[in-house]
Amino acid sequence: MTQNQALKEFQFQPDDFKLARHQDVSVVEQITPARPAWKDSVNLFLRNKGAVIGICCIVIITLFAIFAPMLSSWKYDDINTALQNIAPNAEHWFGTDTYGRDLWVRLWQGTRISLFVAVMAILIDVVIGVTYGMISGYFGGKVDSIMQRIQEVINSIPTLVVLTILLMVMQSNLFTIILALAFTEWIGMSRITRAQVLKTKEEEFVLASRTLGASSFFIIFKEILPNIYSQMIIMIMMSIPNAIFYEAYLSFVGLGLPIPEASLGTLINDGFNTLTITPYQMTIPVIVFSILMLSFNLVGDGLRDALDPTMKEM
Amino acid sequence: MNEQPILEVKNLKQYFKVSRRFTVKAVDGISFKIMPGQTYGLVGESGSGKSTTGRSIIRLYKPTEGEIIFNGKNISGNMSKDELKLLRTKMQMIFQDPMACLNPRRKVMDIIAEGLDIHHEYENEQDREKKVYEMLELVGLSKEHAHRYPHQFSGGQRQRIGIARAFIMHPQLIIADEAISALDVSIQAQVVNLMKKIQKKTNTAYLFIAHDLSMVKYISDHIGVLHLGHLVETGTTEEIFNNPIHPYTKSLLSAIPEPNPRVEKHRKSQTYDYESSGINYLEGTKHLVDGTHYVLATDEEFAQWTR
Repeated sequence: MTQNQALKEFQFQPDDFKLARHQDVSVVEQITPARPAWKDSVNLFLRNKGAVIGICCIVIITLFAIFAPMLSSWKYDDINTALQNIAPNAEHWFGTDTYGRDLWVRLWQGTRISLFVAVMAILIDVVIGVTYGMISGYFGGKVDSIMQRIQEVINSIPTLVVLTILLMVMQSNLFTIILALAFTEWIGMSRITRAQVLKTKEEEFVLASRTLGASSFFIIFKEILPNIYSQMIIMIMMSIPNAIFYEAYLSFVGLGLPIPEASLGTLINDGFNTLTITPYQMTIPVIVFSILMLSFNLVGDGLRDALDPTMKEM
Repeated sequence: MNEQPILEVKNLKQYFKVSRRFTVKAVDGISFKIMPGQTYGLVGESGSGKSTTGRSIIRLYKPTEGEIIFNGKNISGNMSKDELKLLRTKMQMIFQDPMACLNPRRKVMDIIAEGLDIHHEYENEQDREKKVYEMLELVGLSKEHAHRYPHQFSGGQRQRIGIARAFIMHPQLIIADEAISALDVSIQAQVVNLMKKIQKKTNTAYLFIAHDLSMVKYISDHIGVLHLGHLVETGTTEEIFNNPIHPYTKSLLSAIPEPNPRVEKHRKSQTYDYESSGINYLEGTKHLVDGTHYVLATDEEFAQWTR
């Protein structure tokens, strides 16, 4: 009992403990140079070999698509029945097709259109898809419900039906195809964006911005957008081959490009019919198409990593 | 004290409608005052409405009822543009999770300068840079840190960045929402000392929300004990710690660990259960104990507790 009492009464004196060391300013281990964030991203992108190769391939293919048809002595719709299905030779570098048209010119002419469709697909994704998804996700509530219902209605109409209706009032050309793409292509993108925005807007750093009085505009573009880049880039890269194939499919069923025109898709489809007799007619466009797809994916991966600051140490 | 309080909360209520039939009463009629340059510690268990109170005051939520008077202006209703700007610049918040409260994709320079960017409070690029460097120095970081990303810092350093972001607007009131709970104990002391140091320099008032009573005792001038959305006891730190009246406050105080291991061995924590205690917060009224020490109780309870 007395021992217990003594224990309870035991008190530490103020000078029992001494402050070991007092350090309030942290030491800087390494000096980070002051440069804008975009320069970091460019450096990081250039360090990624795959992405650089990818962007080189895209540039080379684009240059060919622009200049090859201009510089060649043949035209993409010159029919010469005397020169049907000729194998590649010095005069016709990639041979000729069933109607005796030069495939070198047709290939690059087709690449031109496919690239154009790809660029339009990116634009549609970014302009319509991302904007729609962001507004719907960020503002939420009633706005979100209404926008989601509208999107579901649009998504439930088959694109083919839309295109057939469009063709009744419009001519069958590239513009009609782009319009049909614009009608449904953005829905996947807007869904991904909305989901990401819903997730990101609950983060504490967004709350912090709000307590500083940030406007919705500021929060969307400066706080949320940089955090959802990677998902968006992946989505965009996936939608490019989709768009190119969709165009080929439409041309195949006769709703796409008018006959003498060419795209990579139509060339592959035409070549496929005579694959066992004239394999070069399909192989060459497929190779170009594959290189293009691979390059887009490599560039997409490179972009995603370059925009992520947590990757910088590696 | 005949000074004007920087913040006065009168009968604040914050309800959340979960469904048509069910409403959560997160904060149910609390009142307190904060004087300029002083620290008011708000303590209570998880779910007692501490964070909600903080967020209602800074108007992340729209208060259901009651008045919030900041700097002589009522900010609980719809505000004019000027009032909103005053609120967004002169009242700032420090967040709980130092990992989540900084945008991982922006450099420290841009994070700290965010308030300046939003309210356009700098003349040119150099001026903005200078202000950010000043803030970094104030919180014990160095200039070179400005060009890094948040993930390159430790927890304590990130919290300092959060403090710098709040102080760059030269606020009169800082709401520290569990600002030190996510840090480990040695870093907690650093950050709290830093906050005290800055307070001395700038005369900023703090609303310090925490569940760690020993930290609150160290930093606060006044303490409010919150339970289930009711402010059960409030007073100066000495009044609360030397003479706790409410059984909930007593149980909280008995839960503080003693630094002396021999005493700690014999410490008994009191339990408090609202359901079985027979206390109804809704029937209680504010009773003055002495000075600024108030307790929420009915007349009988008050007589019984102070006997």
